[in-house]
Amino acid sequence: MTLTIALVAVLAIVVAAGFYAYRAAAALRRATTGGKARLHSLPIYHAVHVGLWTALPAVLFLTIWGPVQSRLVDQAVLATPAGQALPAFEMQRDTIMAEARDLASGAIQAGYNPESTALAEVYAEVGARLATIGGAIAVALALGGAFIAMRRVRIDFRARNGVERWIMVLLVGASLIAILTTLGIVLSLLFESLRFFGMVSPTEFLFGTTWSPQTAMRADQAGSSGAFGSVPLFWGTAFIGAIIAMIVAIPLGLMSAIFLTQYAPQRVRAWLKPILEILAGVPTVVYGYFAALTVAPVIRDFGIAIGVSSASSESALAAGLVMGIMIIPFVSSMADDSIAAVPQAMRDGSLALGATRSETIKRVVLPAALPGVVGGVLLAVSRAIGETMIVVMAAGLAANMTANPFASVTTVTVQIVQLLTGDQEFDSAKTLAAFALGLLLFIITLILNLIALRVVRRYREAYE
Amino acid sequence: MNSDKRSNAGGMASSGAAASSSRWTDGSMTKMVAKRYAAERRFKLFGLAAVGLSVAFLAFLLINMGVRGLGGFTQSQIRLDVDFARSNLMLDPAALKGPQAEQVVSGAGLDGVLETIAIATYGEGAGDLFGGASTRALGEQLIADPTLLTRRAQLWLPLSSKADVAVKRDGEIALEAFVATAEAKGAIRTRLNPGFLTNSDATDSSAVGVWGALKGSFLTIMVTMLLAFPVGVLSALYLEEFAPRNRWTDIIEVSINNLAAVPSIIFGLLGLAVFLNLMHLPRSAPLVGGLTLALMTMPVIVIAGRNAIKSVPPSIRDAALGVGASKMQVVFHHVLPLALPGVLTGTIIGMARALGETAPLLMIGMRAFIASPPQGITDPSSVLPVQIFLWSDEVDRGFVEKTSAAIIVLLLFMLLMNGLAIYLRNRFERRW
Repeated sequence: MTLTIALVAVLAIVVAAGFYAYRAAAALRRATTGGKARLHSLPIYHAVHVGLWTALPAVLFLTIWGPVQSRLVDQAVLATPAGQALPAFEMQRDTIMAEARDLASGAIQAGYNPESTALAEVYAEVGARLATIGGAIAVALALGGAFIAMRRVRIDFRARNGVERWIMVLLVGASLIAILTTLGIVLSLLFESLRFFGMVSPTEFLFGTTWSPQTAMRADQAGSSGAFGSVPLFWGTAFIGAIIAMIVAIPLGLMSAIFLTQYAPQRVRAWLKPILEILAGVPTVVYGYFAALTVAPVIRDFGIAIGVSSASSESALAAGLVMGIMIIPFVSSMADDSIAAVPQAMRDGSLALGATRSETIKRVVLPAALPGVVGGVLLAVSRAIGETMIVVMAAGLAANMTANPFASVTTVTVQIVQLLTGDQEFDSAKTLAAFALGLLLFIITLILNLIALRVVRRYREAYE
Repeated sequence: MNSDKRSNAGGMASSGAAASSSRWTDGSMTKMVAKRYAAERRFKLFGLAAVGLSVAFLAFLLINMGVRGLGGFTQSQIRLDVDFARSNLMLDPAALKGPQAEQVVSGAGLDGVLETIAIATYGEGAGDLFGGASTRALGEQLIADPTLLTRRAQLWLPLSSKADVAVKRDGEIALEAFVATAEAKGAIRTRLNPGFLTNSDATDSSAVGVWGALKGSFLTIMVTMLLAFPVGVLSALYLEEFAPRNRWTDIIEVSINNLAAVPSIIFGLLGLAVFLNLMHLPRSAPLVGGLTLALMTMPVIVIAGRNAIKSVPPSIRDAALGVGASKMQVVFHHVLPLALPGVLTGTIIGMARALGETAPLLMIGMRAFIASPPQGITDPSSVLPVQIFLWSDEVDRGFVEKTSAAIIVLLLFMLLMNGLAIYLRNRFERRW
């Protein structure tokens, strides 16, 4: 509470100092206009410069002080006689401490443990004292920063360069977030996966062909040790995402792109392209619902009609078909880009020799655009195998190794969702297995993406 | 490439040369030309069919959802002749005027009263005609007009979800019989259900609404935008305008391009491991959802932003530098404003994607049953796509049309955002 007031006070000082600096610099500017020595930076830069010097040290101090203060309060409370009388058992002690903290801050009215009421007063008292100290230091830092910076509001001071250096720091910082995210993904997945591989051997995970992470509620329950062979999951993923979906998406996407770029008149193209983009913008949960409710029953009935008795209502075909539809615009736009990048001269040359348009496309344009198309297809595969909602809603849970499109298969993403929803225990192999699957999925998509991006880039360079 | 093409062209010609003569008026020659033209037409037809099929899929999907979902915006109501004065309802009209009215009503056992009336009117087993929504509607009507308790009255109350399905001839046989009797008396009508837009999740499908999930979605997207937009734009500016070509910027570029293609569920795992398990932020909260989605959306904004910045012609930068602007002034006074429409278009498309995203939010626990709309970004909440997912899992038949109706709401928002992006692109984007 006191710290919030301190923060508001600091901000008030920042505004006041900035305003004052602006006035001072503006006065300097008026005084020096037309003279030989002119004010180096515009008044607004002086204001921002002073503001930064006022705000940064104080705010930085406050962010550090927050956690430090609660530590110090805890120590002070434990040092009091009432605090030393607390049970030594850590969890119990922490519960009482947390309760006392809530009492002191007014979040709760009465504590469950009687000890907490006595502690709450100590908490409130020590907390208030430390917060006052911290707030005072922050305000002093702000005033000090303002004072130092204010003395530098002079004609020849390069305030703009100072401000621009700070902006540069901000820009670099923003770019580093991308690296931090990648690092965060790799580290968090790796860390949890290593714990998983402490329980299950990596060879079993990578090459085992049985997947049944038992849902044992208690450790002593029968069947609590599951089998963690991920091969059936990756087969299911590849079967749905890389085979069935691509059989739908590649021909339709490629032919759409060819028609739109080579045959369709400008006006038709202007209408059809956004419509295809809508197909890409439909949320995956909608596709999943569509697959589960509309497509899957039709496919099951069809399967039974052609004599596949094992046709499941959670068939690989339903999920794969709908996923293929979802991928069409993606393939189409990648193919569109690579076809557009083929130089017009090659097309003209072929047409001039008397080839028809389709002959030109099949024998000149497509071979030339092939690397780009392949790159696009790789990206599409990477997207399809990472797709979650369609398979969660339309594919099954049974880990089968089958090439029967009417049977039910499960995928990596389905299992991750299954393992991580419901009760979570962060030490069980079952929960940690999700992170190991995630790591593997990340590595596979990473490799696909890197290859695809490299192929596409190299191909673009070839024609530019 | 050139030799390749020559051999291709040669291949085409050689089949002609095999004929006795290569005059174009020759019979075999015209036949071959006709064949080639037929192939041309076939190929064009394939292309048209591919586009047509894709568009047909989209149309089928939308129409399918629309037809299923429209019923979700309506509810069936039944007319009920009541005489509370003579019923076993112990409720004092005076108690309904205070601020505690809602508590009094919810404690009065209205569901029992409704069941008695239903059985009295339609016979044994008719109690199923009423459910949670009916009780709630009755309570609201009583509070609005306490004099109902003292006189005979005619009320229209929403049917239970089971009976609602029965009205659409898709429910249990017993209920359909009751419904048929009621319809014969003209005691059933269908009305718009405003509750679907103002209520939150509930266990009874006749009482559910999307408002709670919608509000959760708004809060989540707000957090996402506040984080991803500035970071994405600044990062794009740095990479495009300032970054030297060295190993570090190469790593940044590769990370961003790769992050844009990482499966969304991986971001959910990241959010679970870092935001929940490491930083102990509240589960199911829009704050955590927004953070996770921001990490996912940022690369999209960076890539769109870089393309927009790249399309600003260098002459503008040169001119500004020439009149003495600093590099920073050039970027913030000229390049960024000119690139802004493109950046905004990319941002809106990224936000639309984040709005429809489900998988990463499931990972951070946003699949709990939340019956009240969130009050802030740290309250447990649901979001619209996850709500759709949860409803699609329900066994109750009444949820089918509610799910489709929620999908219609979601699709409307997506269309609105994408439409805005297309409008911005057409209206403000300049071709240099």
